[in-house]
Amino acid sequence: MVGALTLYRSTIGRKIIMALTGLVGVGFTVGHMYGNLKAFSFIGGPEYFNEYAEGLRELGAPIFGHGHLLWIVRLVLLACIVLHVWAAVTLYQDSSQARNVRYAQQKTLQATLASLYMRVGGLLLFIFIIYHMAHLTWGIPGIHPNFTYGEAYNNLVYGLSSYFYLPAIFYLIAMVALGFHIYHGAWSVFQTLGLNNRTYTQPLRALSLTLAIVIAGGFAMIPLAVIFGILQPA
Amino acid sequence: MNLTLRIWRQKSKGASGQFASYPISDVSPDSSFLEMLDLLNEELMNKGEEPIAFDHDCREGICGMCSMVINGVAHGQDREPVKQVTVCQLHMRRFKDGETITIEPWRAQAFPVLRDLIVDRTSFDHIIQAGGFISVGTGSAPDANSLPIPKSKADYSMDAAACIGCGACVAACPNASAMLFTSAKIAHLNALPQGQTERYQRVVNMVTVMDHEMFGNCTNIGECAAVCPKEISLDFIANLNRDMMVASFQGVTPTVSLNGANK
Ligand code: FES
Repeated sequence: MVGALTLYRSTIGRKIIMALTGLVGVGFTVGHMYGNLKAFSFIGGPEYFNEYAEGLRELGAPIFGHGHLLWIVRLVLLACIVLHVWAAVTLYQDSSQARNVRYAQQKTLQATLASLYMRVGGLLLFIFIIYHMAHLTWGIPGIHPNFTYGEAYNNLVYGLSSYFYLPAIFYLIAMVALGFHIYHGAWSVFQTLGLNNRTYTQPLRALSLTLAIVIAGGFAMIPLAVIFGILQPA
Repeated sequence: MNLTLRIWRQKSKGASGQFASYPISDVSPDSSFLEMLDLLNEELMNKGEEPIAFDHDCREGICGMCSMVINGVAHGQDREPVKQVTVCQLHMRRFKDGETITIEPWRAQAFPVLRDLIVDRTSFDHIIQAGGFISVGTGSAPDANSLPIPKSKADYSMDAAACIGCGACVAACPNASAMLFTSAKIAHLNALPQGQTERYQRVVNMVTVMDHEMFGNCTNIGECAAVCPKEISLDFIANLNRDMMVASFQGVTPTVSLNGANK
């Protein structure tokens, strides 16, 4: 088993690290997206949403104490992001060296946009994650107009509708990028872990497409609802 | 057909190259792409100019020598119906009269240009040397059918063995990755009972050399399989990934010497 620690040495090993950490990311976004939907009154509404946000700290109770499991989850996610980005950056460096002279003319025959723009999309998502935390987790003044600790619902609505809805628009753009990233990424997980073949590839593509639409679409409902005034401050 | 050819000219390895344009007239639509280049070379030689250097040998799509990127596509087959072929099997009727055709060599750090359209594909040989063999006792030939192999396994192995090592996969890959080639060379042995002895050592050694030769990494875009004249599929890459993962978990370390390789 210690052999697994040598994965980082080969390009394939780094891709496997990328796939596994990406899989954690997909799992996280599913849960996060599902949690977000509690902001809508037909599922929960403001109070329910605030309760949920606060309740995350009691995750795993009674085995885990106040905030303990939440911090473990945060650290695992942080480690995954670091590994995912590290693998992406080093692999990108190898690849750009490998094609040291560019073609005067290059045409793709079947590549999807999602596959060609993984790195650009990934970079955008990385910036988005930092912004998103500054915006709605830490509520840094200037990034969030009036952040009140514990008022998750109002923070959300005020945060997205401030500055002429620019944050909401940025969230929407980031969710398009997320959808593309998951569409190629989720299928790639199977390919990279060697679980794909010509029989499974179409169903797996369909699964990735479904994940991409459900996750990105589910997330996008929040900023859209704020823009269209469906979610109002409570 | 009358055409304008924009061809990459480069004197030698490491020299700087540039495109040169050549008009060519009266090309038969039934001629092959290489015959068209022969025609141009004849004209160039008659004028006392240097002919265009390009690799070719069998001219029937089995040796894998011919190698050029035509209008941005490795082996040049980009129009319907897309049935991939090698450059030598490409017909001029695929092109339009009056068209300008851009011809470039394979572009990869691991495939340095030697002259004009000829690249050095020794890096592929290094990958094969690292593990593209099986250990068998030589001497008297084994009895036929002494080793039963299921038909599906044999077919799978044959599909992988169809690779002619032309390098179009590397040329077409936006990352200049050699994963399709390497995976095919590994799969045709790893699929068979004779290949089991060195199975995981083979994977680790060949991947180590592949990385060392400065090929890029696979991002599952699939352009390699799309231009492959032998229709090698992405399945082999998935299998390579799986074998590599198992090998890593087993703690197999490379035993290959990297002296001959590029880096
Ligand atoms: S010349 Fe042999 S494959 Fe084209």
